[in-house]
Amino acid sequence: MVKAVVKASPTLRNQPLPTDRSCGEGTPEFHRRRLVAAGLAALTTAALLPGWVLIEHAGAQTPAAGASPKRRWGLLIDTTRCTATCEACISACQIENGLEAPKSQTDARWIRKLALKDAKSGREHFLPMMCQHCANPPCVDVCPTGASFRRVDGVVLVDRHRCIGCRYCMMACPYQARSFVHEPQRDQRPEVPRGKGTVEACSLCVHRLDRGGVPACVEACAASGGGAMLFGDLHDPASEISRRLAEVQATRVRADLGLDPGVSYLGI
Amino acid sequence: MKSVYFELPWRPGVLLTLGGLAAMVLLGLVAAHRMESVGHVVTGMNNHIVWGLPHVFAVFLIVAASGALNAASLASVFGQTAFKPLARLSGVLALCLLAGGLAVLVLDLGRPERLVVAMTNYNFRSIFAWNVFLYTGFFAVVAAYLLTMMDRRLDRHTRLAGWAAFLWRLLLTTGTGSIFGFLLAREAYHSALLAPTFIAYSFVYGTAFFSLLLLVLRAGGFELAPPALCARLGRLLAVFIGVALYFVALFHLTQLYVAPRREVERFLLLEGGVYTALFWLGQIGLGGVLPLLLLLRERFARRAGTLALASLLALGGGLVQMYVTLIAGQAYPLRLFPGFSVSGSFEDGKVHAYAPSWPELLLGLGGVALALLILVLAMKFLRLLPDRLEGLED
Repeated sequence: MVKAVVKASPTLRNQPLPTDRSCGEGTPEFHRRRLVAAGLAALTTAALLPGWVLIEHAGAQTPAAGASPKRRWGLLIDTTRCTATCEACISACQIENGLEAPKSQTDARWIRKLALKDAKSGREHFLPMMCQHCANPPCVDVCPTGASFRRVDGVVLVDRHRCIGCRYCMMACPYQARSFVHEPQRDQRPEVPRGKGTVEACSLCVHRLDRGGVPACVEACAASGGGAMLFGDLHDPASEISRRLAEVQATRVRADLGLDPGVSYLGI
Repeated sequence: MKSVYFELPWRPGVLLTLGGLAAMVLLGLVAAHRMESVGHVVTGMNNHIVWGLPHVFAVFLIVAASGALNAASLASVFGQTAFKPLARLSGVLALCLLAGGLAVLVLDLGRPERLVVAMTNYNFRSIFAWNVFLYTGFFAVVAAYLLTMMDRRLDRHTRLAGWAAFLWRLLLTTGTGSIFGFLLAREAYHSALLAPTFIAYSFVYGTAFFSLLLLVLRAGGFELAPPALCARLGRLLAVFIGVALYFVALFHLTQLYVAPRREVERFLLLEGGVYTALFWLGQIGLGGVLPLLLLLRERFARRAGTLALASLLALGGGLVQMYVTLIAGQAYPLRLFPGFSVSGSFEDGKVHAYAPSWPELLLGLGGVALALLILVLAMKFLRLLPDRLEGLED
């Protein structure tokens, strides 16, 4: 390794150091300068310190550890296990994310129940519909500010600080999976901040994922529902969801649009 | 002999107009404030109809802005010297309409105070983001064009600036139409044809706005709409209405040709209730066919009254058209599972209801008033009105 050695030039070395008087110490000008310098230093510290502390704090939590491009989170929903009356996934989503039970079409619905009836055979299916966490999400494409984005692990999210509430993503989403917050929000969950005038949708309970957990709907469906929801890493061929998808004929909703949704349905 | 331009003199009528428009702008601002403080829950919009009446007004004004430049383009690009004295007025009207439309668009955002975010963060895959550049660029290009017309030292650049403005306005309306045309999942919109259709609409609305402006000025004692000019503007308006009707027919025929789109077309053209009625009676009948017939009647063609009526009908039909395009397109349910009937708590599979609210209407009208307020002030403080029109012989 080459070490850079910096030596003072003989010329400079031989120069007499400035005397104290030459700095003007003791003069009113000198005190004023020191005062200004100290003030500037204090202001700079006050301005930078919180940011620095935040960076340290954020660094300690390593959020990137939860999002790896090696993974792609997905869901397989077995509609044969989903019944007309069960709403375990919907209730769990509301509790987990601090959403009230919707009373009107202006209230948020991150997950909703659909009843399907085959026009020819009359056969019925029931299934939950939510953000499909597409690989090519149109909501992300159309968002003018980049507030809608797709994490490297496939989770499609909204940056609430960047969302201007233009609602173009809602126009673009084929699944009507997004909600606009029409009213001020109270009693929010600290992990799921929401804001009037912004758009939101299912986040696959990203705060749980980053702690190694699973979405609340999946947990509730297994505990008190029909066990219809299988969650896992679509990129891992050994994961249960990948193995199931390799075995069964699953359907992706509006596959014709080429959006490559992360959610698949079995039985329809 | 070159025209001499002058400002609008102070008159009681001008003051009264300014006062009325300012009051309407104020009402619009109060409505916007209510929407922002209480939330969009005070509007008729919901999670199905996410773009309501304010967007109808905003898109209408933005499309009209592009068309308002018609007279200027005719002078600078197509060499129609008769329109040259009116080119300044045409350019200023275009800027005013765009400003009014954008004001409504911004005030209808969920977070209008974050406009700076939209100006500093761009997703270049978004046609909406492109439109931000198209709007700001339109202001810049038309402002430069106006400068070349109003400063005699820059006179030699007018033709070049006129071409730039003409091309930019085509781009602008292409962008506006594509906001809808690029929506993959919305069967009522997804078509490249919406871009040229919107350009055709812009020709109609802009010419109608400009004609009405000249006729209002004429009523105020400024002879800017002689019979020969009325006849020319009328002929133009008739051609543009015909072109717009052609594109509307082509759009729907294209949709009808694609089997999965027939359901949405059945809704729009036959079974859509208020939307079907608005389409056939408002957009096509009163807003298209009737003004076309009026303008094509040789006996009425040179009358200012004919042009005024036809312009009003075209503008009314334009607003109806935007309402049908925007609202009916969202009211029709998205088709998630072809071959299945779908139901659910979120009105899945049903036609979605929408009833515009007062704040929405006041905000929309406030945008129109803002455009006109800026226009009157511009006419008051800038020399936009020519003392004579020439080259109008048929």
